[in-house]
Amino acid sequence: MSSRNRPIKEIGEVYLTKEGMTFHEVSDTVCSVTEKKAPRNWWIAFFITSSFAALLFLAIGYVFWQGIGVWGNDSPSFWAWDITNFVWWIGIGHAGTLISAVLFIFRQKWRTGINRAAEAMTIFAVICALLFPAIHVGRVWFIYYMFPIPNQMAIWPNFKSPLIWDFFAVSTYFTVSLLFWYSGLIPDFALLRDRAMGMTGRVGKIRRLVYGSLALGWRGSHRHWQNYERMYLILAALATPLVLSVHSVVSMDFATSVIPGWHTTIFPPYFVAGAIFSGFAMVQTLMLITRAVYGMKSLITMRHLELMNKIMLLTGLLVGYAYAMEFFIAAYSGNEYERYDFLSRIMGPFWWAYVFMFGCNCIVPQVFWFKKLRTSVPVMLIASCLINIGMWFERFVIIVQSQNRDFLPSSWGYYRPTGVDVCVFLGTLGLFFTLFLLFIRWVPMIAIAEVKGVMPQADPHDEGEHSTEGSPGHEAAADAALAGGE
Amino acid sequence: MAKRAALYLAKYDTPHGILHAAEQVKKAGYAKWDVHTPFPVHGMDDAMGLPDSRVGWIVFFSGLTGISGALLMMWWMNGVDYPLVVGGKPPSSLPSDVPIMFELMVLFSAFGALFGMLHLNKLPRHHHPIFETESFRTASDDKFFISIESEDPKFDLAETKAMLEGTHAASIELVEETLADEDEDEEAGEEHH
Repeated sequence: MSSRNRPIKEIGEVYLTKEGMTFHEVSDTVCSVTEKKAPRNWWIAFFITSSFAALLFLAIGYVFWQGIGVWGNDSPSFWAWDITNFVWWIGIGHAGTLISAVLFIFRQKWRTGINRAAEAMTIFAVICALLFPAIHVGRVWFIYYMFPIPNQMAIWPNFKSPLIWDFFAVSTYFTVSLLFWYSGLIPDFALLRDRAMGMTGRVGKIRRLVYGSLALGWRGSHRHWQNYERMYLILAALATPLVLSVHSVVSMDFATSVIPGWHTTIFPPYFVAGAIFSGFAMVQTLMLITRAVYGMKSLITMRHLELMNKIMLLTGLLVGYAYAMEFFIAAYSGNEYERYDFLSRIMGPFWWAYVFMFGCNCIVPQVFWFKKLRTSVPVMLIASCLINIGMWFERFVIIVQSQNRDFLPSSWGYYRPTGVDVCVFLGTLGLFFTLFLLFIRWVPMIAIAEVKGVMPQADPHDEGEHSTEGSPGHEAAADAALAGGE
Repeated sequence: MAKRAALYLAKYDTPHGILHAAEQVKKAGYAKWDVHTPFPVHGMDDAMGLPDSRVGWIVFFSGLTGISGALLMMWWMNGVDYPLVVGGKPPSSLPSDVPIMFELMVLFSAFGALFGMLHLNKLPRHHHPIFETESFRTASDDKFFISIESEDPKFDLAETKAMLEGTHAASIELVEETLADEDEDEEAGEEHH
């Protein structure tokens, strides 16, 4: 019997890890990053990103001191960059959950190469996202009014408000993502602990203490694995509807209002598709850089990258469909405010934002139809960056443009951001990448136990070497796929 | 310091090897034994004859607590304690409660899943005699182990070893546990600080 973990050669599948890799090589490749000194480039990158993170705290301090009047938000744009950034960051986070939960339920084994980093990205993106509604309330010291706890006004939160749904959805999402990420890390922390047992000196002692505590005494017992696997399946089954609910609830912040351009029923699925689209683009950007810098090409192969590009192509088409459908419904509705708002998107003062959005989100992903472009690292790096920019503009167009052209021409305006807006946004980028750099420095960036579980020799019914002898052509194809990433 | 035999530890090199060894240990009728692998080996539940995991039940009741707790909270806060009429809807209105009921169900279930798993596995655990041996450090890397505890009623230094030898183990060792008296316990405690 051939292994269920070997690729089906007849349909051109290739190995998920470099062929012939052993379990120990996987442990070594991933763990050594956290055990060796950080490369020089890591320090350079860390210096730059942490400077931006410091800028974030300065800018937020200034906002708290002066009030949110220092932002460009003004009548009629009461929501602007803050909420744009919130929706953008939360959307980026969604790809991590999609990779870790939805692809797990669909038994997509290739997720194991990228799920750990994608889940980390989710948590960091949600941290950046949560900042914005928190500081946007203005008087942040009253933020506890949103919690269902008694306050001095003796009034409870209004549970009929989508903003309160959003508060519950996003905080649940953050907590569940953190639990999911940590539970996946337990066996890998145990591996780091066991590797630290042989280390001498203070470094060894600290590593034993820290990783030993985090591993919770995990000893790879199968009686434990059985409960662990069931827990993982349940968490995945919970996270799947959760991720769909979170961006649906985010979209209801808009859809339940009466503003033309916001008041649409298509918003929940449209926002979810856009979230996955932008999130995959961010995962792709991060993976391309990480695998090149840390030599993870044997574990994050061209097959992983190509599959992610295919998902971006699919979700890009979904987003494009939603853009077209919005226009159709605006025309078909017979509502003149709705019609005017959509015409104003392409011909009004924010036409340039619409061009960015449409070009980056609908035209750019079309390059992934072609195998040659889909497997080219420079092409996918540029495309994924452009998609992220495009998705930011999508939220900007929806939020700002719709408010600038609502019912009364006398209250029309033209939104302009201030330097503080820019600093806060750049600062969250700095915070995100700083957290990500710390993550790849101290935490196994690839789910080691899960990768081992999908390797051919992990299957107890695998016959070993005899069945691996594929045609020379197949091996050449696998090599070419690996080399393609160079 | 007194020592006591804690368990037999047999090492195997492949998932195939450990799966068949586990079948033999089960057939021999041991009860307090375990398999230690770097990743879950497919088919091991059946080989060890384990009953189904009970994590699902814990999650079910956690979820039920979350969803009913959310409904109760919103009904009491917006419907009873301070009736809030918004948008012409009744103070307590089920449709608008659905999103938060769902979110809290997921939140409670997720906590139930992780902590339920830890509870069933009796983790976190500070120490286990199996960590006394250096060779066990590879159990998280690339080696596969079977442990049979000395507390097992069928455990016998000679017989158990002979049975494990029959499973084609790469190596078998007896792991001893150090029995510390109270003074030594305190010293050990200080070392950790």
